[in-house]
Amino acid sequence: MRLVDEFRAPGAVDALAKRIGRVVTRPWRIMEVCGGQTHAIVRFGIDQMLPPTLSLLHGPGCPVCVTPIERIDRALFIASRAEVVLCSFGDMLRVPGSETDLLGAKGRGADVRVVFSPLDALAIAEREPQRQVVFFAVGFETTAPAIALAAERARQTGIENFSLLVAHVLVPPALEAVLGDPECRVDGFLAAGHVCTIMGLEQYRPIAKKYRVPIVATGFEPTDLLQGILLLVEQLESGRHEVENQYTRAVTAGGNAHAQSMLARVFEVVPRAWRGLGEIPRSGLGLRAEYRSLDADLRFPEGPAAAAEPEVCRAGRVLRGIERPTECPAFGSDCTPAHPLGAPMVSSEGACAAYYRFRSPA
Amino acid sequence: MSERPRGALSCPLPLRSGSVGLQHGGGGRAMRELVETLFLPAFDPDGRGERHDSAVLPGSGHALAFTTDSYVVDPLFFPGGDIGSLAVFGTVNDLAMAGAEPRYLSAGFILEEGFALDALERVVRSMASAAERAKVRIVTGDTKVVDRGRGHGVYLNTAGVGIRPAHVDVRPARIAAGDAVLVSGDLGRHGVAVMSRRAGLEFETSIESDLAPLASAVSALVEAAVDLRCLRDLTRGGLGTALAELALDARVDIEIDESRVAVLPAVRGACELFGLDPLYVANEGRMVVFVAEADATRALEALARIPETAGAARIGRVREPVSGPGRVTLRNDFGRSRPLPLGSGLELPRIC
Amino acid sequence: MSISHDTLPMGRVEFGGIVKEVCLAYVPEASVGDFVIVHVGFAIHRIDAEQAERTLADLALLRETPDGAGET
Repeated sequence: MRLVDEFRAPGAVDALAKRIGRVVTRPWRIMEVCGGQTHAIVRFGIDQMLPPTLSLLHGPGCPVCVTPIERIDRALFIASRAEVVLCSFGDMLRVPGSETDLLGAKGRGADVRVVFSPLDALAIAEREPQRQVVFFAVGFETTAPAIALAAERARQTGIENFSLLVAHVLVPPALEAVLGDPECRVDGFLAAGHVCTIMGLEQYRPIAKKYRVPIVATGFEPTDLLQGILLLVEQLESGRHEVENQYTRAVTAGGNAHAQSMLARVFEVVPRAWRGLGEIPRSGLGLRAEYRSLDADLRFPEGPAAAAEPEVCRAGRVLRGIERPTECPAFGSDCTPAHPLGAPMVSSEGACAAYYRFRSPA
Repeated sequence: MSERPRGALSCPLPLRSGSVGLQHGGGGRAMRELVETLFLPAFDPDGRGERHDSAVLPGSGHALAFTTDSYVVDPLFFPGGDIGSLAVFGTVNDLAMAGAEPRYLSAGFILEEGFALDALERVVRSMASAAERAKVRIVTGDTKVVDRGRGHGVYLNTAGVGIRPAHVDVRPARIAAGDAVLVSGDLGRHGVAVMSRRAGLEFETSIESDLAPLASAVSALVEAAVDLRCLRDLTRGGLGTALAELALDARVDIEIDESRVAVLPAVRGACELFGLDPLYVANEGRMVVFVAEADATRALEALARIPETAGAARIGRVREPVSGPGRVTLRNDFGRSRPLPLGSGLELPRIC
Repeated sequence: MSISHDTLPMGRVEFGGIVKEVCLAYVPEASVGDFVIVHVGFAIHRIDAEQAERTLADLALLRETPDGAGET
């Protein structure tokens, strides 16, 4: 595929890996904050190419994993209603709530449908006017603009049987939660490329300055990841802490103005609970007053009380990079991708799932 | 999550739901657990079964291969095939994987009230045509109708028997360290073709299913007198799952070279788009062949002469297991290796 | 990529041989022949071909100076 294959050329990958090896003179801990990057790192074996003193940590970058149990339980409750069609991205189907997951609910008769785009959910609402179509809106700033546009369309067309169960989260507050933890030992971040495509780079400058950590917006192909890591270690080795852009073909400093303006029109910043990290102020998106009629939380006000996470799960420490998945007593025994106890084991991009697939093949 | 018995055998049914889930039909880990802990103890308590695609039953003279499959594909008609041709070729292939020459099939229809007769006719004609191409006869059958809403148009079950020459012995236990691993063509076309017609995921593509009978190719291998160890057709769960299962059953390690596994650009595109791994996408006309290293070249030559396997290639080799029951590793273009586990049974489109 | 203008700007985007309808509302400057980044059915960025070439050129340069010499 054009503009994909060229960024996977083995020669370039080798050269970058070697260069990193030569630049690194002491141990560094780098964190990436993007499920897609976690996936690419494991798939291409990127961390195997790095010198052993360079640790690559998987942070809270998987929106699927950080969706709190409470949101899943809400989705399950809403899906259980006979008139509801619950539409969701595929990754959400196996995320455990308190009792079961959406796939289990589907098995018991709930009308749960996987969609590729929020516009597909809107189309279902148009085609099936007698059903209440609810879209489970999960994702970071990359995904929220799509939901924003679907919301705007819904409002414009006056459609009455469509609503959104909102669980959007924002990346910069997550970085601050990681960095603000006294046990934090992260030296630098790879910023999620497509989040930066939407939001630009400005939001990261105050963080880089306040915590004195370099942040490099990075893409997803092997050469992107390695080049991003190279830029990061070059900064670390020279004591700099700036915001840099590796993914220049897809990221501009200002981001996508149209998307940002739609986000501002439809959403406002709200506190949001993150699975494994607890509530982080000003870290989520909620619907603005003019769009509140589309809010599934208001349309279906009843439902179960908030639930607690299994205590044995160490997601919080793993997501902050304080512990490795393999240090958790439940890892690989009571907690596996087939029977996940917590957030990072759930999605294939969660930190624990990535370690599990990579280290224990059976 | 809900309580699980600590230290007990891992429970096959996820206790959180206590009912059948889609993952139990997906060809991956969940289905394997269900088969191993529910069906096999009940139907094969002495554990004499070979765990291969067909049962080979002793007879006088030659052995009889016997298999059964049920077909529930959605949509019923997809680019490159339909539930009818899928049923015939699927059963033919299961027999061929035991090294047998397929001969006779049965066809059981479970029809939903309201299903259009002209659609049924299309399915039946497709089966007849497939049977002719695969040189088998459908000799017996059954028809049931269920109330509207209790079926999906048509569900099909086919059973098949074939004859296996005495000298042919292909099964997982025969796989040995040093063997060559061949695959008969490019991967993922069936899964992508079916997906392109699934509601909610539609896209335009010229990709057709790779659905095809493999019996001629297997005959060619038998005739070439190569030292054939094992055959496995790739269906749900793709190459990754088939290899992971074989590694476990044969207790060997398998190393695959990613660069040698062919995937069409359009299939790759669809997989990139939906976040799927081509190694785990369904096929219906591809097989993996384990053959003694010394015969690998001749085996490839035999496969190259048959249209359905013209794209055959060597993709890896078998090694002694390093630890525990077997595992599969994939070497990528960058010389790095990663494990290929048993699939979960559910390849869901991802957003991230 | 081909463009149809309805109430919501949609376009047909090709991914290595398959074609999917994608919403183009966030890339109004995109035109037929451009490469876009797609996420959940929306194009979110028109790839800057010049920047792509520049990155590839940097990578090529890296291969030519294997010992790290010439890092200007």
